[in-house]
Amino acid sequence: MISAHGVGRIFGEKRVLRGVDLELPRGGFGLVTGPNGAGKTTLLRMVAGLAIPTEGELHVDVTRDRVGFLAHEPLVYRELTALENLELYGKLYRIPERKERIGMLLERVGLWDARRARVNTYSRGMTQRLALCRVLLHDPDLLILDEPYTALDVQGAELLDAQLDELHGAKTFLVSTHDPQRVRRLATCELSL
Amino acid sequence: MSYLSDVRALARKDLLLELRARDTLPAMLLFVVAVFVVFHFSLPEGSSDVAASGLLWVAIVFTALLALGRAFVPEREQRVLDALVLSPADRSAIWLAKSIATFAFLAAAEVVALPLFALFFHGLSGQAIAGVALADVGICAVGTFVGATAVATRARELLLPLLFLPLAIPLIIGGVGASVVADPGRYLGFLALYDLLFGLLCWAAFEYVVVE
Repeated sequence: MISAHGVGRIFGEKRVLRGVDLELPRGGFGLVTGPNGAGKTTLLRMVAGLAIPTEGELHVDVTRDRVGFLAHEPLVYRELTALENLELYGKLYRIPERKERIGMLLERVGLWDARRARVNTYSRGMTQRLALCRVLLHDPDLLILDEPYTALDVQGAELLDAQLDELHGAKTFLVSTHDPQRVRRLATCELSL
Repeated sequence: MSYLSDVRALARKDLLLELRARDTLPAMLLFVVAVFVVFHFSLPEGSSDVAASGLLWVAIVFTALLALGRAFVPEREQRVLDALVLSPADRSAIWLAKSIATFAFLAAAEVVALPLFALFFHGLSGQAIAGVALADVGICAVGTFVGATAVATRARELLLPLLFLPLAIPLIIGGVGASVVADPGRYLGFLALYDLLFGLLCWAAFEYVVVE
C-alpha cells in the first residue's frame, strides 16, 4: 500500500529527511522510530498527502478519503462540541448513518456524557480520545498515527491498544512513536530514522 | 451538490465559531467606528465629499484586514486545516466557505459602518453601495487566499497585509471610482471583472497553498 524509494524532504535550506525506503503492504503495520527531529512527522505527513517529497518516489495506494491521520494536535475545533466536530467531519466524509456511528464511537471512547461540552473544556486526554474518534469515524483503510500515545491517560492508552489489536491485519498502519516497545508486537516492518 | 453541501457545512462551522468566540466581528466594529471618529476630526473643515469617499475605502480595506487576519486562526491553533485538507471535500470548498464567512462578517460590519459614514460625512448613493458590495467579494476572495498562504508562515501577521494590500489596489480604484463619478458603470464592471478573474484564480490555486 505504501512504497517509498529514496524519499527525502528539504524545507528551504534545511534537510529534514533523506533517502527513506519503505514497503508496507496492505494490512501491514509499519513502525517508525527515531529521535526528535529525525523526520518522523514529515514522513507521516508526506504519506498522508499533507506534504510533498522533494526527492525520491512515494506511492500511496489509497485515496485520501480512506486515510485516517492522528497528528500531534487533535485536529478538532476547540470552540465546538465533540458532537459538532464529528458532525462536521461526518458530513465532509459523507458517512452514511452518521449519527449512529458518531454515537457508537463516543460511547466506545467514553465521551458520550461529554458530547455536548465544548472541546476547550476537555482535558488533554479527553481531547486526544476525541481525536481518535475523528480518525476512526470514516473507517479508513490506512491509519497514520503520529505519536498516538502522547497525552493519553492510562485508560486512553489501553483503549488505543485495544483498537490497534482489533484492527490489526484488517487495516494498514503507519505509526511513529518514542515508545516502540508498546506496539512492537504488532509491527510487521520497522523503519528507524 | 456534495460540493455545495461541503461549502455550507464549512461556512456554517465558521459562523458558529464566531458566534461562540466573538473575537472577529466586535473587533471589526470597534475598529471601523474608531476610524470614522478619527477621520471625522482629522479631515479639515470644508473638505470635499471626494476626500471622504476615499477615507471610506481606507476604512473598509483595513477593517477587512482584521477579519482576514483572524480567518484561519481556529485552523492554525489546532492545525485543523490538515484534517480539512485530508477530507474528501474539494479543497477549494475550504476557501469558498471561508470567503463566504469573511464576507458575512464584513457585510455585518458595514451594516453599522455605512450609516455611520453617512452620519459623519455624507450620504452614500446606490452606486457607491453597489461598489462596496462588489469590492467586498473581491476582498474576501483574494484576502482569504492570501490569508491561507500567510498562515503557514512564521511572519504571518506581516505577510498578510504585505501580500493583500497591493492586490487590493484595483478594488480601491474601482470602488472609489464607482463612489464618485456620475456614470459608474465602467468601474462597477471593472470590479465585477476583478471578482470573476481573481475568484477563479483563487478557486483553482487554493489546493496548492494548503499542501506543504
